Amino acid sequence: MSKNLSIRHRAEKRFIAYGFISLILAATMLATIIGSMIYRSIPAYTNYSIDLEINMTEISAEDEFEDINFRGIIRSSLFSFFPEVESRSDKRKLFKLISSSASYTLRDFIIENPSYINKKFYFNVLFTDDSDIFYKGYVDTSLSESERRLDDQEVAWLNELKNTGRVKNKISKNLFLNGDSREPEVAGFWGATIGSLITISVTLLLSFPIGVLTAIYLENFAVKNRITDFIEVNINNLAAVPSIIFGLLGLAVFINFFGMPRSIPLVGGLVLSLMTLPTIIIATRSSLQSVPPSIREAALAMGASEMQVVFQHLLPSALPGIFTGTIIGLARAFGESAPLLLIGMVAFIVDIPSTFTDPATALPVQIYIWADSPERAFVAKTSAATLILIGLLILINLAAVLLRKRYEVKW
Amino acid sequence: MWRIDINTDLLISLSLIIVSGLLSFTLAKQRAVFYLRNNEPLRSMPIYHGLYVSLWSTLLPIFLIIFLLFFKDSYLNYLVIPFLSEETIDLGIDEILYVKSFLINNISSLSTLISSGFISEGDANLLVEKYQETRVISFSSLVLLSIILSFVSYKKLSVRYDARRRVERILKFIFFVFSTIAVLTTVGIIFSLIFETLRFFSQVGFFDFVFGTHWSPQTAIREDQVGSSGSFGAIPLFTGTLLITAVAMSIAAPLGLYSAIFLSQYAKPKTRDFLKPILEILAGIPTVVYGFFAALTVGPFVRSCGEYIGLTVATESALAAGLVMGVMIIPYVSSLSDDVMTAVPLSLRDGSLALGATKAETVKKVIIPAALPGIVSALLLAISRAIGETMIVVMAAGLAANLTANPLSAVTTVTVQIVTLLVGDQEFDSAKTLAAFALGLMLFVITLALNVFAMIIVRRYRERYE
Repeated sequence: MSKNLSIRHRAEKRFIAYGFISLILAATMLATIIGSMIYRSIPAYTNYSIDLEINMTEISAEDEFEDINFRGIIRSSLFSFFPEVESRSDKRKLFKLISSSASYTLRDFIIENPSYINKKFYFNVLFTDDSDIFYKGYVDTSLSESERRLDDQEVAWLNELKNTGRVKNKISKNLFLNGDSREPEVAGFWGATIGSLITISVTLLLSFPIGVLTAIYLENFAVKNRITDFIEVNINNLAAVPSIIFGLLGLAVFINFFGMPRSIPLVGGLVLSLMTLPTIIIATRSSLQSVPPSIREAALAMGASEMQVVFQHLLPSALPGIFTGTIIGLARAFGESAPLLLIGMVAFIVDIPSTFTDPATALPVQIYIWADSPERAFVAKTSAATLILIGLLILINLAAVLLRKRYEVKW
Repeated sequence: MWRIDINTDLLISLSLIIVSGLLSFTLAKQRAVFYLRNNEPLRSMPIYHGLYVSLWSTLLPIFLIIFLLFFKDSYLNYLVIPFLSEETIDLGIDEILYVKSFLINNISSLSTLISSGFISEGDANLLVEKYQETRVISFSSLVLLSIILSFVSYKKLSVRYDARRRVERILKFIFFVFSTIAVLTTVGIIFSLIFETLRFFSQVGFFDFVFGTHWSPQTAIREDQVGSSGSFGAIPLFTGTLLITAVAMSIAAPLGLYSAIFLSQYAKPKTRDFLKPILEILAGIPTVVYGFFAALTVGPFVRSCGEYIGLTVATESALAAGLVMGVMIIPYVSSLSDDVMTAVPLSLRDGSLALGATKAETVKKVIIPAALPGIVSALLLAISRAIGETMIVVMAAGLAANLTANPLSAVTTVTVQIVTLLVGDQEFDSAKTLAAFALGLMLFVITLALNVFAMIIVRRYRERYE
């Protein structure tokens, strides 16, 4: 008997252990995901750059900006470090060590500060992603030349440049303030973040009023009949339709049938609001249901009309729950990318969007685009963008939790 | 002068209509307040008088504006095409789109079009004139309509007029219209999918699609090339989807269930408060992040593990994608089955414990059997989510359609193919594009069936305990 009991107790302990282990496994996976993203994103936050001596004394203030050869100025400044490099192909290789964006940033700087014309000054110029990665120690120089991105000569040049003391490692402003770019050292996720925000605001403006009013209608005014039953079943099913189907709908209806342009946040917001609508409706209905019937009956007894009961009593008490549901729905829409791929928000867009109809992309889609890029430096960029996305979502969800805790009415 | 700017015109008329609505609101409300001051027996509160008039004056015009917004494209077609030179029309639809894009986006003016020779200066003048004519008629008539409506409704108001009931009736109608949007979405989904799918089946045989075992949608560039039609056998896609789903469920089902059991039956409130958010965060992580993680970390890891024990594993193996998808689905399984297990009546649990069963035996022999329909439906919902999941497989599974059951090889899924077929430029007539819609319809039908089935099971379960 006691032997039997000990077997049963051991089984009990095993059972608890299984449950605990599976939770620990889930936690480990979460930690691995976040940890690997943090680890991989480390190279993204800084960028190696070099202070080049820019000589603009030969240029007079009368010259048009278009006529100034900024590229040439930078080239000659860089080549002054290596007077021994003569051949054309070597010079080209040397110039490729610094970012091709250098001449544009110099031009923009001069346009903003014309007083620097006629002067000699130091100007900070970014390295390309390959040189940057080398300085950060991610290039294994013990490998044979063909297996790495930089050959021995380039490595020697980079080391020599470092010995001049002009090479610096600075926080990469581009990552946080720029739009997309083909050059990893210039690319940033600000454009995508703004695109996401515009898209989400369209979603909010459409799905919140429509969702709440639909829920109010179904909960308080709808007569129980076949039509309203059908609407209800429909909404529940819609909540479980895969998101990519909404993308197909957007493509067929908004773009193909109504002829709306591709890649714009307006269409993205429309599609996402159709996707979010069921979530908001279901959340609104359940928080309307949680208001006790006594409130409603008391208001009706005082002579309020149905509409007044809803808008003056039920809705104000249900509002915290409605906001929470809406925020959760919007957070899901914020992280959604599959439907946006289908309506063309996956384009390569450099400019930062500012209106509903500017071509734009969204933060999750930007992650997808970067993850597809072959350049190694984009791995770090993608991880950094991923962390920002997760961080934003945690903030949004935290807001929902706090809202619920602060304003929830307990009956 | 050279401007055709429908958006601005619509915006101006919209704001005029809103102004007219606000004006009539204050007018009607003030008159009602005036009645009240004179101690006349006002039937409805002043605000309802105001609302009544403003609703009448704005609703119909705003609806018309939305209507126009959707059909402005065909309106522009109607305007522009007669004025384009015949050569331009012969050039095809792209040039017409180009011309129209100038007009819609009103980038600068028609002058660009004139200088690039798409339209002569005289025609451009005529075009603008014609637009001006219709503009006066359509846009100012909208505003006029709003004013007339507000005037008529204002006339109807009087001291004894039951404005409140009318306003509530109108509002109720608006709410009803909103509640049909969800239905319209479903109708839109079904019709757009079916319509495009039918077009697809006019080019590719139904049985070739459903029972075909070879999938290579890339059509050749020259028509006389071999295999120019591409082949659209969907079987490999569905087996691929099922393979990845099976891997995912073999992770998510045990982990999710055991987590739910631990959280709902064993964990102390403090442990629960600490452990539950972990699952919630897992549920909140965007799928694109999972996809990136799968492609970057799990894929190579699985591959090197396989090499270590002497197996050849594809980098984009079904196993890697399935593993990560399984982790993504754990919270769905656990939160749904947690709910159904807590819903099992306490009397059953207490009865079993009172008979001397251990907690584990109670869970295994009493709670799980009682909650089984709910758990099954939770698993079905999880499966439906795994089948419809897109980003993980797009980023971590392959593109090659292999008909295999080996989780170490690369397979492709329905959603991956939809995305690859539709991302980028495409013509809407090719079988390649239409195939995506056929796949979408299949996906929709399968997930819908799973959801409906899950719902039916839950309903039966409820009847047993209420």
